[in-house]
Amino acid sequence: MHPPTPTGRRERARRPTGRPGISWAIPGVAFFAFFAAAPMFLVAFLSLTSWDGLGSPAWAGTDNWTRLWSDPGMRTALWLSLLLTAFSWLFQTPIALLLGVWAAGRQKSRAMLSAVFFLPLLASSVALALVWRSILDPNFGLAADVARWFDLSDANVLGSERGALAAIAFVAAWQFIPFHTLLYQGGARQIPKSLYDAASIDGAGTVRQFFQITLPQLKNTVVTSSVLMVVGALTYFDTVLILTRGGPGDATSIVPYLMYETGFQAFDLGYASAIATALVVTATGVSLLMVRLTGFSRMRSTREGM
Amino acid sequence: MTTDAPPTENRRAPNPPGGRRSRRGRPALGATPARRRLSWRRVNYPAGFASLVWLFIVALPLYVLVSATLRTRQDYLDNGALSLPTSPSVDSYRRVLEGDFLTYLLNTAIVTAACATLVIVLAVTVSYSIVRTRSRASRRIFQFFLLGLAIPSQAVIIPVYLIITELHFYDSLMAIILPTAAFALPVSVLILTGTMRDIDEEIYESMALDGATPLRMLLQLTVPMSRAGISTVGVFSALQAWNGFLFPLILTQSRENRVLTLGLYDYVGEFRVDVPALLAAVVLSIVPIFVAYLFARRQLINGLMGVGGK
Repeated sequence: MHPPTPTGRRERARRPTGRPGISWAIPGVAFFAFFAAAPMFLVAFLSLTSWDGLGSPAWAGTDNWTRLWSDPGMRTALWLSLLLTAFSWLFQTPIALLLGVWAAGRQKSRAMLSAVFFLPLLASSVALALVWRSILDPNFGLAADVARWFDLSDANVLGSERGALAAIAFVAAWQFIPFHTLLYQGGARQIPKSLYDAASIDGAGTVRQFFQITLPQLKNTVVTSSVLMVVGALTYFDTVLILTRGGPGDATSIVPYLMYETGFQAFDLGYASAIATALVVTATGVSLLMVRLTGFSRMRSTREGM
Repeated sequence: MTTDAPPTENRRAPNPPGGRRSRRGRPALGATPARRRLSWRRVNYPAGFASLVWLFIVALPLYVLVSATLRTRQDYLDNGALSLPTSPSVDSYRRVLEGDFLTYLLNTAIVTAACATLVIVLAVTVSYSIVRTRSRASRRIFQFFLLGLAIPSQAVIIPVYLIITELHFYDSLMAIILPTAAFALPVSVLILTGTMRDIDEEIYESMALDGATPLRMLLQLTVPMSRAGISTVGVFSALQAWNGFLFPLILTQSRENRVLTLGLYDYVGEFRVDVPALLAAVVLSIVPIFVAYLFARRQLINGLMGVGGK
């Protein structure tokens, strides 16, 4: 068990000095626990209180939760969030997948294009939402020009309920597709060339190669990207605040915006905490469900048996 | 496609993937790779077309953004968003810079630098401990940060607001720095543990033979060897701080503590009808990151991929 070689003895002897203790991790862990992990529990506690942001929170029991359960505003917000999430996923995934697989090739034009693709990733969502706000302005924006060309009566996209929601989905897609493209590009680069070579020899066409090699091999990437997309879409906030402020009416008042409005406009922070808790539960639930359904946790590698 | 297209493509690609490079010199096998390349190219046509369409969708708003800033207010109102700036002027930029823009810029720079420093120091020590201490506790810590990835900042903004007010940091730059750094930590730990695991155990052992302390090993071996990871983490956390909006929105109030994103949001009211000035502010807020991107392109991509690549 303990080989009496000099090496073995030395190894045991220097272990206490050579390796850092776990205490090295304490500052980082404590910092993260204090500002991010503990608030997760604190928000659940605050949802059981009534608090206007100035005094100290007063115990309110399950008042906020019974109110949440029967609040039509929350129901609308949840529905809008799910709608926006589903719509975002359906819109972003095919485009990002196609672009990513294409960008995984080695064309020269790729380098030039990637600089342009990258710009939306670098800018803040505030900056991008402001650009789109100016473009969609019904009087002086590009939307006004487009309406003139096609002789449309109304250029006010953000003024109509469906138009506003679609605009948010589109602007978010415009902003996030480059990121997901990068994910798919990385995934597609890791697919062994030999699979395509073998398929070509067997006479498989390109469409078949895409569906039978590329797509199955990208399964892990699809799950990763989808989870990030769904959780991201559930938490769009900056874009909503700047483009529509939840309007018209409450047509774009998704859950995070409802939370902001309740908490920091109406200063009903206890009730807003209940909304936030519901948001965490929904986001975690949806992403766990997706991971389960796709069997991501079971799947260790798409290249088993090769 | 003309018949000589495949060789042209061959010359264009400096790094043919797979084993093609080694085969290129052998004329006997030349025909097979050419055919393969042909089929690979066919895959790219529809997707290439789609990327051109997407390029247009991405580029058009960027064109509107830049061209609008070079025109006068009246020109923009009269001629619409698409017309060319016939007599370019930088007047809109002047109008932005005359205001508080430089204060916002300075605040953002302070927040960004502080945030990146804090994240680097904490993530390096945590990752060093996780990688070098092989115990159940270190695995637990790693899992803790892995779970921490999933916490959306919006969900905890109310308790963070409570904590910041209790600490009397409300309406200060510190109020932005602390939570922003905390939320950049999980990804940073993930990236850095990945980098540090690649360092050869034998070098540590030989350093230990010389009686090196953990601190000396960290400074002389781990940090220099994980420079790539550290710069990725720095760039990633800096980007988070630069572009962050929710924490400044909720946790600061006064004009002298305003950062760029919040300033932009405020300009919506201030420059209501002055679209060129509003967009000039947008451009000015993006330029510093774009310059950083040109210098640290690889780190930026790695940092962005670190979010989902694991």
